[in-house]
Amino acid sequence: MDIFGIPIQAFLGQLLLGLVNGSFYAMLSLGLAVIFGLLGIVNFAHGALYMMGAYVAFVGLDQFGINYWFSLVLAPVTIGAVGVVIERTLLKRLYGIDPIYGLLLTFGLALIAEGLFRDHFGVSGQQYPVPELLQGATNLGFMVLPNYRAWVVFASLAVCLGTWWIIERTRLGAYLRAGTENPALVQAFGVNVPMMVMLTYGAGAGLAALAGVLAAPVIQITPLMGSNLIIVVFAVVVIGGMGSILGSILTGLALGLIEGLTKVFYPEASSIVVFVIMAIVLMIRPAGLFGKEK
Amino acid sequence: MAAATDTSAVASKGGQIAMWIGLAVLLAAPFIGLYPVFMMKALCYAIFACAFNLLLGYTGLLSFGHAAYLGAAAYATGWLVRTAGLPPELGVLAGTACAALCGLAIGLIAIRRQGIYFAMVTLAMAQMIYFVFLQAPFTGGEDGLQGVLRGKLFGLIPLANDTVLYYVVLAVFVAVFLLIIRIVHSPYGQVLKAIRENEPRAVSLGYDVDRYKLLAFVLSTAIAGLAGSLKTLVLGFATLTDAHWSLSGEVVLMTLLGGMGTFAGPVIGAFTIIGLQDFLSDRVGAWINVIIGVIFVVCVVAFRRGFVGELIAWQKRRRAQ
Repeated sequence: MDIFGIPIQAFLGQLLLGLVNGSFYAMLSLGLAVIFGLLGIVNFAHGALYMMGAYVAFVGLDQFGINYWFSLVLAPVTIGAVGVVIERTLLKRLYGIDPIYGLLLTFGLALIAEGLFRDHFGVSGQQYPVPELLQGATNLGFMVLPNYRAWVVFASLAVCLGTWWIIERTRLGAYLRAGTENPALVQAFGVNVPMMVMLTYGAGAGLAALAGVLAAPVIQITPLMGSNLIIVVFAVVVIGGMGSILGSILTGLALGLIEGLTKVFYPEASSIVVFVIMAIVLMIRPAGLFGKEK
Repeated sequence: MAAATDTSAVASKGGQIAMWIGLAVLLAAPFIGLYPVFMMKALCYAIFACAFNLLLGYTGLLSFGHAAYLGAAAYATGWLVRTAGLPPELGVLAGTACAALCGLAIGLIAIRRQGIYFAMVTLAMAQMIYFVFLQAPFTGGEDGLQGVLRGKLFGLIPLANDTVLYYVVLAVFVAVFLLIIRIVHSPYGQVLKAIRENEPRAVSLGYDVDRYKLLAFVLSTAIAGLAGSLKTLVLGFATLTDAHWSLSGEVVLMTLLGGMGTFAGPVIGAFTIIGLQDFLSDRVGAWINVIIGVIFVVCVVAFRRGFVGELIAWQKRRRAQ
């Protein structure tokens, strides 16, 4: 069976790949949105944190025999701690000044991280094996579904929805949202806002690292994998608008799918399609699809 | 810009003397043992940084994808001179025009968002241009366009001689430097500064802010393109690194380090960074990025006024006493 002259197997395979990429876009743009909301900083280092998460998994397995499942916890915790240190030592000096400085500072941090990893690991890609439990594929009748890819989509969706639930439905999330609106007032009510800001950046960093571990078995791990991705994620964020959590998740997934479709029908354009969509959205709806601010 | 003191006046006597000394050094450079190809490369990046500063320093717009315009012009000039056989002056003009057109197209999209979003949009659009260059048949992909000959300026002056080309590049640089001073001091430049200081207020005074910003963007991208075109002539090649986001970051650093919103700052920043890269390139390997990153972080955290900005602030403090 064919769809527009493309075998349905290949078609669905690309769609699934698109969905996998979309899950990473969703997780990363979610982290960016939460950090931006509370800290007012566009975190260019998000890509580097994602890369470092993948390397924690890789080095863990390679040097210490730490398995995938343990890395899923270890990497976010380690990189989250790195995030906390970054926030305490550097980012906190930038609150209240023009947000472009936050972007530039995190850009510098990304350069440092990439340079260090390049010096140590070189530029060639590293492979990370698919964990035993998730090897192989399931035959669904109309397509063969690689188990690991299904797991990535499932796990990132679960994480994204979990984050949404925490922010929109819990007391902690209410503090967070209030802090986004008016930190001074929230602090006046006795909430430790600096602590909350610190933990938010740490959690965002951890989320990026978690995406890195999930990505490790399906991509080549290289020191540059983060920066190339983060620019696409920026476009995703502009398209979705940073106003809404569910909006970020939906936009991320949808753009991954569209990218997958483009790979099927017009592969030359697959690397630019997200940017083209961004340009169109800006022409029609400058605030982004789910954006609220002017 | 939060940290910007009004440092645009060239009025201070010390500043003027310093500029004349700088010009004298640049004029004498080939005779005092400064390697001309290095000096030309640094001057090209100085033009690039001056163009960038017109946006960031005087209009308050952070374009985070300025390498795309430098790269577009570099490729256009390279292709036109090498394949179409255009003389160098037309090649440079066409390259500049090409960058201005890209700037116009992207500027129209980018000015629809303000502040930090503007930076993200320009970065994303620049990445798109990068991917186009990566795949387009005329750019030579990963290898780039190699072997672009310098030819003869106006059919008369052979540019193959490094010293001759150096003075041509220096003349262009001085012209750009004066042009930017002229723009900033013109009524138009005053409106740009008003937009930088308080955009809603400029709107309420009746200025069509978007048109002012768009024109500044196109001017800046055109000058960035001029830098790229010259660079292709000087080095004889155009490659993907010319359009890569890391160069977009470097030009921000040059401007920040030298002092944004000052005339001489970007020039000093460009010479510092290019000199540093030249000096370190075969000594430290991948550490060059770490060093650039550290300078970036230090600049943002503790040195936001840059060399020239600090100097001017110090002078002001001294005069106040």
